[in-house]
Amino acid sequence: MALRSLAGRAAVVFRLRCATSSLVFSSHSPFSTAVVLDDLKYAKTHEWVRVEGDCGVVGITHHAQEELGDVVFVDLPEVGRQVAKGESFGVVESVKAASDIYSPISGEVVAVNSELADSPALVNKGPFDEGWIMKVKLKDNEEVCSLLGAEKYRELLEESTH
Amino acid sequence: MKLLRLQGFPILQQLYLEERLLRATTHNWCLINQGTNPPAIIVGISGKPEKLLDVKAVLQDNIPVIRRFSGGGTVIVDTDTVFVTLICRRDAVTLPDLYPRPIMEWTEHLYLPAFQTVPSFHLLEHDYVLGDRKFGGNAQSIIKDRFLHHTSFLWDYQDFRMAYLKLPQRTPTYRLARSHSDFICRLKDYMPSREAFTDYIVKAFEQQFRLQEISLDEVEKTQPSSVPHITSTQVFTTADLQQSIMPLIVKG
Repeated sequence: MALRSLAGRAAVVFRLRCATSSLVFSSHSPFSTAVVLDDLKYAKTHEWVRVEGDCGVVGITHHAQEELGDVVFVDLPEVGRQVAKGESFGVVESVKAASDIYSPISGEVVAVNSELADSPALVNKGPFDEGWIMKVKLKDNEEVCSLLGAEKYRELLEESTH
Repeated sequence: MKLLRLQGFPILQQLYLEERLLRATTHNWCLINQGTNPPAIIVGISGKPEKLLDVKAVLQDNIPVIRRFSGGGTVIVDTDTVFVTLICRRDAVTLPDLYPRPIMEWTEHLYLPAFQTVPSFHLLEHDYVLGDRKFGGNAQSIIKDRFLHHTSFLWDYQDFRMAYLKLPQRTPTYRLARSHSDFICRLKDYMPSREAFTDYIVKAFEQQFRLQEISLDEVEKTQPSSVPHITSTQVFTTADLQQSIMPLIVKG
């Protein structure tokens, strides 16, 4: 528990080159090696949200990018588009497969990560930082509260690897 | 699982239908289409014609180019292609989560009984092969709690049509430096007939699913196209294709 608490505070302070820090921040469960950051909220469909003021930054989790494989294309939403919690907002293509990605929050898309157009592999390299996908102006802060915290998300991952 | 058999159904219509059955229905489906006419080139969801095709030759010969909604590479299809598509709910398969690799491995086991008479069928990287030669192109589309896996099997092919396709930037490791004709093979060299092949497939699928044949008319009545859903399949117009090679011509 103490080690996890220390890792959680470290995650908030350092904000991530998570791939290189995976030994510090990953779940210590023997069943999952996915990196889970304590300061984020998670959807059961494996997207994450980081709240920044009245906006939420959205991406896919370390677990998702690991399972998808090498990402070769990200279909980004248009800036100005309205997204709704639980609805598909884009597609991530990895080898042979196009997988829908689902918005964990509702609101207006105010920014997208245009770096992904030329460098989709950023999603694999830094799923929690440089691989972010969109920024959404939050319509309802309560939606964030209803998402999974890090602990619950780790439990979800452990259940799926059993 | 509902089984829809088609004969020479246009591939564009097939892709529209597949996308609708995936996104706007809750059933499990198997589609088998024996060939398509006219020939067409199908690129994956992110496919760029200028990178994947000899666009000038494609324009000259008026070959339709379609962007499908699933991932993966480029195929040229015609009357010698056998299309098999699976559309499944999550609860139809014994997979903890819907991701590309586990789905591919699940399909390998599903197809295995269909190839009992053929030596060395297996999944190699992401392709179905006989030995080390590919005989079909696979692609997937995965949404919440459902997935689609479609395959275009090379019953036969014409070498001159393969010439429209450039060597892709990403190739499987097992391809090595082989040319297209050394890398792929014709299923007709290994199976007694197309009818036998599709019968083997149906029997293989019946080992895991209870198949219920349905006609296209029944599909159109019970799963109407008027139900709104995301549609990503698109046809490249002549102008699209011309524009795709404009920067290359200007540089030229």
